[in-house]
Amino acid sequence: MADPMRIRANVVGDSTEVKVLMNHEMETGQRKDAQGKAIPAWFIQSVTATYNGKTVLSAQWGPAVAKNPFLSFKFKGGAKGEKVQITWTDNHGDKRTDEATIS
Amino acid sequence: MNSKRRTLLQTGSGMTLLTMLAAAGWLQPGDALAADAWNAAAFDTKSMDDTFKSLGSGTPAQSKGITFTQTPDIAENGAVVPVGITSAIPNTQSIAILIEKNPNVLTAVFDIPPGTEPSITTRVKMGQSSNIYALVKADGKYYIASKEVKVTLGGCGG
Repeated sequence: MADPMRIRANVVGDSTEVKVLMNHEMETGQRKDAQGKAIPAWFIQSVTATYNGKTVLSAQWGPAVAKNPFLSFKFKGGAKGEKVQITWTDNHGDKRTDEATIS
Repeated sequence: MNSKRRTLLQTGSGMTLLTMLAAAGWLQPGDALAADAWNAAAFDTKSMDDTFKSLGSGTPAQSKGITFTQTPDIAENGAVVPVGITSAIPNTQSIAILIEKNPNVLTAVFDIPPGTEPSITTRVKMGQSSNIYALVKADGKYYIASKEVKVTLGGCGG
């Protein structure tokens, strides 16, 4: 299992601002190791953010998203103490879900 | 023996929970494309035109309603280039990031459900100086805007 994400969710006016820092290699498949063999691609393919069971953002990523991806977005609504969940899936089928409390 | 059984059970239930969470998040009615299946064909395209084709966008119209935020003119490190895209076009449904000179043009597609602001920030990798394009889908139509980002490799910056 991969390392946990760092998620911060803050109420800004009538919206909630979510900032996520994921821990992932995001290997592009373009690089070669010391022996000249290509390092296989390993990257997050899809990301979903949910709040109250409703999807507030979903994304598909290619390998060109930077290592340890950062993502920030805002959605309407959200109150202190409520939870936001983020799930990612990579091209190995690995999955990770983390949640954060809105503050 | 017994302890192994415990571990197995725990792992098993953990997986189920994850699956349930995923299902809860993904199987919303009217949910956008992103979570359903990774668009392998689109992410494999090597030129802007191919990408437009595989996303079905036709030739998108230039728009001044799309702005880049937090995106540098000159990036010192191509491995981490911040990109922020904000769309002022009403009913924005999705925002895609395309980097013209990367091996694969399409970098990311974000689906914006109603209630979420059409504004996202992330970080991307760039192989060399290139135009970054923001492709926005709003009301079924596609709009585009671009920004040139120079990548400094070696020298003082690298």
